[in-house]
Amino acid sequence: MSTDNTAVGERHHAHHFNNAEHEFNTSMFGVWCFLLTEILMFGGLFVGYFIFHNLYPDMFAEGASHLDWRYGATNTLVLLMSSFTMVLSIYYARKNNTKMISWCLFITLLCAIAFMGIKYIEYSHKIHEGLLPGELFSYAHAEAANLGLYFSFYFMMTGLHGSHVLVGMGLITWILIRARRGEFNEHYYTPVEGVGLFWHLVDLIWIYLFPLLYLVG
Amino acid sequence: MLIMELFMNLFFNQALANTAIDQVESQSSNFMPPAATEIAQKFDTLYTFLLVISFISSVLVIGGMIYLAYKSRRKTEDQKTAYIAHNATLEFLWSFIPFVFFMIVFAWGWVIFYQMQNAPKDAFEVHVTGQKWYWDFTYKSGKTSSGEFVVPADTNIKLIMTSRDVLHSFFIPAFRIKQDVIPGRFTTLWFRAPKVGEYQVFCTEYCGDNHSAMLAKVKVLPKADFELWLQDNPYKGLSLAQVGQKVYQGRCIACHLTTEKKNIGPGFGGLYGKTREFNEADSLVADEEYIRESILNPNAKIVKGYPKGVMPTFAGQLKENELSGIIEYIKTLKK
Amino acid sequence: MYSTPGKNYLNEASGLWSWLTTKDHKRIGVMYMISVMIFFAIGGAFAMLIRTELFSSGKDIVDAAVYNQFMTFHGAIMVFMVIIPGIPAIFGNFFLPLQLGAKDVAFPRVNLMSWYCLIIGAAISFVSLIYNGADTGWTFYTPYSIGTDNGTLWLVLGAFVMGFSSILTGLNFVVTVHKLRAPGMTFFRMPLFVWSLYATAIIQIIATPVLGITLLLLAAERILGIGVFDPKLGGDPVLFQHFFWFYSHPAVYIMILPAMGVISELITTYSRKVIFGYKAIAFSSLGIAAVSFFVWGHHMFVSGQSSLAGIIFSFLTMLVGVPTAIKTFNWVATLYKGSVKFDSPMLYALGFIFLFTIGGVTGIILAVTALDVHFHDTYFVVAHFHYVMVGGTLMALMGAFFYWLPKMFGKLYYEAGARLSFVFIFLGFNVTFFPQFVLGAMGMPRRYYSYLPEYQLLNRVSTLGAYTIGIGFLIALAVILHSIFKGKPAGKNPWGAKTLEWEADEIPIHENFAVQPVVTGGPYEYR
Repeated sequence: MSTDNTAVGERHHAHHFNNAEHEFNTSMFGVWCFLLTEILMFGGLFVGYFIFHNLYPDMFAEGASHLDWRYGATNTLVLLMSSFTMVLSIYYARKNNTKMISWCLFITLLCAIAFMGIKYIEYSHKIHEGLLPGELFSYAHAEAANLGLYFSFYFMMTGLHGSHVLVGMGLITWILIRARRGEFNEHYYTPVEGVGLFWHLVDLIWIYLFPLLYLVG
Repeated sequence: MLIMELFMNLFFNQALANTAIDQVESQSSNFMPPAATEIAQKFDTLYTFLLVISFISSVLVIGGMIYLAYKSRRKTEDQKTAYIAHNATLEFLWSFIPFVFFMIVFAWGWVIFYQMQNAPKDAFEVHVTGQKWYWDFTYKSGKTSSGEFVVPADTNIKLIMTSRDVLHSFFIPAFRIKQDVIPGRFTTLWFRAPKVGEYQVFCTEYCGDNHSAMLAKVKVLPKADFELWLQDNPYKGLSLAQVGQKVYQGRCIACHLTTEKKNIGPGFGGLYGKTREFNEADSLVADEEYIRESILNPNAKIVKGYPKGVMPTFAGQLKENELSGIIEYIKTLKK
Repeated sequence: MYSTPGKNYLNEASGLWSWLTTKDHKRIGVMYMISVMIFFAIGGAFAMLIRTELFSSGKDIVDAAVYNQFMTFHGAIMVFMVIIPGIPAIFGNFFLPLQLGAKDVAFPRVNLMSWYCLIIGAAISFVSLIYNGADTGWTFYTPYSIGTDNGTLWLVLGAFVMGFSSILTGLNFVVTVHKLRAPGMTFFRMPLFVWSLYATAIIQIIATPVLGITLLLLAAERILGIGVFDPKLGGDPVLFQHFFWFYSHPAVYIMILPAMGVISELITTYSRKVIFGYKAIAFSSLGIAAVSFFVWGHHMFVSGQSSLAGIIFSFLTMLVGVPTAIKTFNWVATLYKGSVKFDSPMLYALGFIFLFTIGGVTGIILAVTALDVHFHDTYFVVAHFHYVMVGGTLMALMGAFFYWLPKMFGKLYYEAGARLSFVFIFLGFNVTFFPQFVLGAMGMPRRYYSYLPEYQLLNRVSTLGAYTIGIGFLIALAVILHSIFKGKPAGKNPWGAKTLEWEADEIPIHENFAVQPVVTGGPYEYR
């Protein structure tokens, strides 16, 4: 009885695939489909954002003025950097350089931690000032009556994005461990490529979030 | 066509003959309540047309299916079947013909929809407010009415509607019109009822426990009578308890019975003078002040066995004489 | 090279654990079958309670608050746990790889995960019963769903988790269809059931994430009060309806497309005839899937959206009508000069066409803007979508059960019993729901606990019909159980069907085919 991950020689494919290449192509197709669902999920939030931004442009501008663009810009750079090292890790997997795969993944992970650290600073600042979603909003000097709505979008969008970063960190840790065991080489690096695609999407979504939330108005 | 009429008349009579509808004008053969406005009649023409088309096409498809299935039933085990994979002409026709019909009814519906959506400029305006679970009608003269929507005959009436709590929907079947009523926003509806009469209003957007009791009546009066009604003090010549009874029928009836029995809220029967047990406060005997507080600030004291936050406040909606009226009315209700 | 004589997917491993950790698409299909049957029994029980309460105007058995929970759970269970997973997850999982000549779906582990998502989501939904239930209706309209004081949050979160089940199944099917077809299995040699599942899976992938974010926003609304849908905080309650129907309208095609696929299989097999207009049916599935994303506003003609939006949505809805009509005509045309055998799956298929035609023409009536103004949210709508969802999807599901049972368990069923179940379900269905068209035309709104006295007669007829359907399903259950445990051996291909699954063993082996099949022709080559 065969199971998944039956090793046939150096190749590595499950019983229902013809060969390793077939499995790799199929997996990547699946990852792309999954990324499509992610885009649509965030798409819902973006549509909501645009509708309310259209209704209350001044309120959104006021909300953005409470965010510090320097934190946002730093985080953008941090994530771009992490995407770059992610690409490098795939490059080194193709070159069979196990050591460099691990190093690149490690730097990616550090960037993710830095991103979450900066988010933590920003969040605690907002919570401290009472710049919170909807009903919880308690900031005393707001000009717009429904400024809480801006922070609903801020926290929902960055929160959902942040949870994706956390999931991404988990996945990177997982492939980092496997890379340290030397599981990846030019014949098999499907998980690195898959996680890499996911990580690029997380990065890409932030690149849209940054101007929409920090620089608007 | 004739068969269709026959079929529908047969079914219609059987279905409705035994029921208690006192609608004299129900001679139309499309199962609908009597059409009481011009738009309703246009609606019925389109609907009847579609019903006939639907009936004919259903008979063709279903009848064709039964005929073909029976005709080509398996007679021998090794019966040969024809190899017919497609037929371009046939396929074009049965795509194109439905498409043409769809476009006809789409355009026809559009025309009527346009008329439904666009109120004439000179319409008589009434503000309508939905709240769990009754309808309020406020006229420009300042007169208010609840549960009873009085309008003049043969006049364009425009309803400007909003809700105090959740979504509701204002539906008058006899006029074939409906519109959702949304908190924080105005929506509108209009009609012109040529004939005097009384018509049912439903709430058609689910709004909680007593959704199905959120009813009202449209009362179409002759213009002169309407003018009198509009100037008339609705409580003229009524005792305080009778005033209370009127208010009760408009506002309280959806949730409170006149007996002791529980509905959404406690029954009013024998309420006055009864000892009330509360969830959070000490018990007390129901007196005038308690009932007054329960109406204006209903969440102050919640009787045991009832959830909090169900009853809305009536502060600002009831005048002093109406409040006193309800209290006097409750006093008259025995167990 | 893999198979051992006498081994099949049922006996290759034993014990509950071997089932709960299986990655075999066939076993996962069977697990879906059992869970969906249980959910269906619960949802059906709620339906019986609803109809019993509506036997007369006023109170019959429960208060309004409890009735509203019946109505909510009936809707939520039937939609999220029965009709959406129904055909794709049971029969799609089992037969999509078999019909393609593949050994499994592309991602077996993900497939198992999707079953767990359904079960965990369902469990979370049922938690709401502990917290005072939920009374919003399955549509969760805001702001009612924000304010109502009970366990609505759990039902919302449950539906959110079940959404993942649907996404993962869809993802698996799309990738499987693209990447795992047997040699020679071109797209236009795929059975129409596969085509319909493929179209369904695309909708699942694209639409379900939007439901996910909508429910997430609603949950945040209840937990944090974010105000996006709450007018008190500057939000827009109607936006929720747009979001909700952007998913939930395509979702009705998630429910009906697989059923249409089943009908194509049944009609050809029991007529022993090539399908009429193969490409028309295949492309109309894709066409329906594509247009389905642009018609959500037809649920909202009277919601306060602009008239222009109403007109556009009405027009696009008419366009969906065309491919749907094409399919129906194709099925009827297939019968011509065929060799029709009236076994119970065929009866269910013909019953489907009968009921679906009525559901379809009333759908056109509802798509006309002006007419929908009157019929919206009345029993006319209730009758219409039951004609499509029950008369369509459930009839197809029952047909699929009897058609494929012999392949799933290697046993034949008791034909007379299955036919009897059809008679009860078909007649009961019409008695239940036809009067509801009349009630709706008369103006009776839906989700009513009580009604005006003039609606009583037809409501009573409807309730009696519902009991008849209930009996029909009990008979069907007995026949299915009898077949699984006591049925006679079926043989490899009892119906003489031509699609690939019938070339597998009487009970398929773990790898589906001992020798990789090579495809040389279309799926319905009855010559």
